[in-house]
Amino acid sequence: MTEKARIRLVDLTTAFDGEVVLDNINLEIKDREFLTLLGPSGCGKTTTLRIIAGFLKPDSGDVFFDNERINEVPPNKRAVNTVFQKYALFTHMNVFENVAFGLRIRKTPEAEIRKRVTDALALAELSGYDKRRVHQLSGGQQQRVAIARAIVNRPKVLLLDEPLGALDLKLRKEMQRELKKIQRTAGITFVYVTHDQEEALTMSDRVVVMNRGKILQIGSPVDIYNEPRCAFVADFIGESNIFSGVMPRDKLVTFAEQDFTCLDGGFAANEEVDVVIRPEDIDVTAPGDGAVSGTVKSIIFMGVHYEITVVGDTGEEWQIHSTDPQTVGDRVGLTLTPDDIHIMHKPASPEEEPVDYDADEEDEDDDD
Amino acid sequence: MTKKLPAIPYVVWMAIFVVAPLVLVVVYALTTPDGQVTLANMLEARKFLGVFGRSFGLALIATVICLILGYPVAYAFSREGERFRSVAMMLIMLPRWMNFLLRTYAWVTIIENTGLLNQVLGFLHLPKLHIINTPAAVVLGMVYDYLPFMILPIYSVIIKLDGSLIEAARDLGADSYRVFTKIIFPLSIPGVISGVTMVFVPSVSTFVISKLLGGGKDMLVGDLIELQFLGGAGAYNPQLGSAVALVMMIIILICMSLMNRFGGGDEEVVLL
Repeated sequence: MTEKARIRLVDLTTAFDGEVVLDNINLEIKDREFLTLLGPSGCGKTTTLRIIAGFLKPDSGDVFFDNERINEVPPNKRAVNTVFQKYALFTHMNVFENVAFGLRIRKTPEAEIRKRVTDALALAELSGYDKRRVHQLSGGQQQRVAIARAIVNRPKVLLLDEPLGALDLKLRKEMQRELKKIQRTAGITFVYVTHDQEEALTMSDRVVVMNRGKILQIGSPVDIYNEPRCAFVADFIGESNIFSGVMPRDKLVTFAEQDFTCLDGGFAANEEVDVVIRPEDIDVTAPGDGAVSGTVKSIIFMGVHYEITVVGDTGEEWQIHSTDPQTVGDRVGLTLTPDDIHIMHKPASPEEEPVDYDADEEDEDDDD
Repeated sequence: MTKKLPAIPYVVWMAIFVVAPLVLVVVYALTTPDGQVTLANMLEARKFLGVFGRSFGLALIATVICLILGYPVAYAFSREGERFRSVAMMLIMLPRWMNFLLRTYAWVTIIENTGLLNQVLGFLHLPKLHIINTPAAVVLGMVYDYLPFMILPIYSVIIKLDGSLIEAARDLGADSYRVFTKIIFPLSIPGVISGVTMVFVPSVSTFVISKLLGGGKDMLVGDLIELQFLGGAGAYNPQLGSAVALVMMIIILICMSLMNRFGGGDEEVVLL
């Protein structure tokens, strides 16, 4: 299925006060897809969104909309609408007038305004709220007004800047489902900015992982999760064990002083690599049974699973997610299957290095 | 109880210097010189309808001029950089560091018939302007003295407007003109109401400006009240003065509460 590109970003580069915020960004956004820009704060995702919206001009590079260069087009003349992080609702208008704002500006006939606003409010499950003042609404309702206010204009592309950031967990989950539903029903391209990896994985058709102004990987949520291209992506998307290793040949990797069979290849002989193993892929067995032996160092109950830390006999630490509890100090074995082992190139530049927001995941092995 | 302790000096101060005089004004307005309760003073105040009309008319004109001059200034300043803004705000307040009487006298020397303005006009062979001792001079004085009170509240409301609202309006298709008329101006109304209050109330009750620039010919309410208290043996009538003051206070309160309702905003507007 080849969809046409709705928006193309070509060689976008931007700096604020001499600090590079976007470094040569190239990206194609397809028609009707749900694309998420994912990364830590300061990675350039919001800047990218603001350039698409027209609030910001790139220092260099071009923005194409339906193959037309729109660098010089002001935001009010672009066929995109934005849902802002803090909703930015007009407090001096009621819900109906907020949603009708864009249509009134375009001098839409009153009867059509009435119909389209009513439809948009229904889509956002806000029917009957038309006359409410904005400050009488809850956070979730305000969020839905902001979405209705944007989609009522039938934009070709809807830009969403961390729209669920201010909501509590339960409401956020609910809104994620609702947004996805709206996106399918309205048939609009969504460009969604978030730093929440779970949000990105559950909602998106494609995820763009960014760090330090660069795009590190573009792919489906499954690809990004299972085949991270570098340690940063592996670390940022879910929890990971990252070990330093060597590949003597294709489909064989040495780490933790052992050889493991894996599925990856294409590296130079004896190339130094990063080995990524997801905590939920590791099985705990009886001591001596698994490929690795070690001692349970700690165990934390997380609700759905236990988070277990095992120190291997060769000194490395393993994070394991398991539904079965273990006793601290017990000897255990760990089993791995070849498809649990993901091999990545060593970070070639700073933005590919793993995040250090979670000290537990920083293994000493990384310093080789 | 302990939390209220620091407020005591203020409460005492207000009781002595605000509440007590107000009570005295009301008592004087409703009694005869020998202490009998009467409505005669209040009814007598009706005689001065023309003075009330003139005061409110001139104050209204001055307020409208202040709004027309002050709003664009406040809006323009709010869009400048921080350094420019702080300097500009200081310059606006700077004349207020000078004595009020001096500032007003300075206008006399500018607009009097042989003053600076007419000298310049004469030098340019232009016809002379007769401004001093006219209502126009009084309005000029009011605008000059109270304009900062219009600029500051409007400025402080606009500067606090959430920038994302402006971006949202742009995003929804509004050009700069529509962003102003549909978003910025409506949201700045609380500032306009404060500004109007802060200009109108002192303008309507001024007596120095009308005396110095208006020549005391057309009496304003302030002059009328002053006359009842300081007007020598024949005119001394604190009962009538209090009644006039009370009537004016009631009219102003009614105006302000109407305006607050008209503004309809969520923010409280402070009555002076």
